[in-house]
Amino acid sequence: MKLLEFFRGKRGDTANIAKERLSVVIAHERNKRTDSSSSKHAEYLPKLKQDVLDVIRKYVTIDEEDVTVRLDKSEDRDVLELNINLPDHAA
Amino acid sequence: MSKIIVVTSGKGGVGKTTTSASIAAGLARAGKKTVVIDFDVGLRNLDLIMGCERRVVYDFVNLINGESNLKQTLIRDKRVDNLWILPASQTRDKDALSKEGVEKVLKDLMRDKFEYIICDSPAGIEQGARMALYYADEAIVVTNPEVSSVRDSDRILGILQSKSRRAEMNQSPVTERLLVTRYDPERVDTGQMLSVNDIVELLAIPLLGVIPESKVVLESSNQGRPVVLENESEAGQAYDDAVARLLGEKRPMRFLTTEKKGFFKRLFGR
Repeated sequence: MKLLEFFRGKRGDTANIAKERLSVVIAHERNKRTDSSSSKHAEYLPKLKQDVLDVIRKYVTIDEEDVTVRLDKSEDRDVLELNINLPDHAA
Repeated sequence: MSKIIVVTSGKGGVGKTTTSASIAAGLARAGKKTVVIDFDVGLRNLDLIMGCERRVVYDFVNLINGESNLKQTLIRDKRVDNLWILPASQTRDKDALSKEGVEKVLKDLMRDKFEYIICDSPAGIEQGARMALYYADEAIVVTNPEVSSVRDSDRILGILQSKSRRAEMNQSPVTERLLVTRYDPERVDTGQMLSVNDIVELLAIPLLGVIPESKVVLESSNQGRPVVLENESEAGQAYDDAVARLLGEKRPMRFLTTEKKGFFKRLFGR
C-alpha cells in the first residue's frame, strides 16, 4: 500500500475540502446568530416602514416598494438607513 | 482574586476532562491554589481521570444543597500540592445545577482563596454545559482537527458571547483560547487533516496550545494520572507549555512538524 502510494503520489487533499465546507457553514451559522440577536431591536422596522409610507402618502402617491428601511449594526453604532424614491412627476 | 476558567467544546470525546485534569494539575504544580470541578452531573468521570474515584464521599450537588461543606467535599490530590477536586453528582436530575447554587459554591471557593477554579464542562449545550460556562472569566475551547468538532466549537463560542454572565451583564467578554488536541502533524503534511492554522483561521480565537495525538493520553487515564505529569511525553510537555502560556509565559508551539523520513521509510512505511 505504502509502495503504491509512493508511486501514485499523495492521496487527495481532503483537509482543504474540510476547511472550505467549514468556512461556509460557520459563516452561515454566525450570520444567523447575529440576525437573531439584533431581531429584537429590528422588530419595529416593518411598523416604522408603514408609518413612513403613511406620512409620505399624505402628500405624494408612492408604492410600497419606494420605501426601504434598513438597520445596519456595527461595533459601536447602529445605522438606520431610510430610502424613499419619489416619483418623477411629484416635484 | 480567583480566576474561573471553563474547559468546553460542545462536542463530546475531544478531551475536555483530560485537559481539565492537566491544566488544573499544571497550575497547582506552578504553585497556584487550584480546584477542578466536574460539571457533568450524572456522568461523573473527572474523579477517574484524576485517580480519586475511591475517595468520593460528597459531591457538587450535596454542596449546593447544603448537605456537606467544602472541607468535607473537596478531595485533596495526593501527588500535587495546592490541588483539589470537586466531583460531580451521579444524580439523574439534570437540573440539579442552578445559577444560584453554582454561584454559592463558587463564592465559597473564592472565600477559601482558590486562585484558579477550573470548570470541566459536559458535552452538549444543555443545562450542565451552560452552568459550567456561565460564570467563566476565561474559556479554553478544546477542538479536534475534525469538521464536527470545529463546528461545535464555533457554536460554543456563540454561547460564550451571548449566554455567559459577562455577556448578560455587558461586562468585558470571556477571554477565549483554543486548545487543539489529538493533532497528527504527519496527516496534516499529507493533506488528510486540518492544520492548526486552518482551525485558528476558522474559529478566529488565539491559540493556547496544540496537544499531539499520543498513546500516553490513554495510558495516563488508565492509571488515573493527569497527562501533564508525564514529563517525558510530548503530550505532557505540550500541556505544560499550555499551562505556562495561561500564566503569561511566552513559549513557542512544539510538536507541529514531522521528522523528515528517509527514502526507505517513506517507501515501506513506519
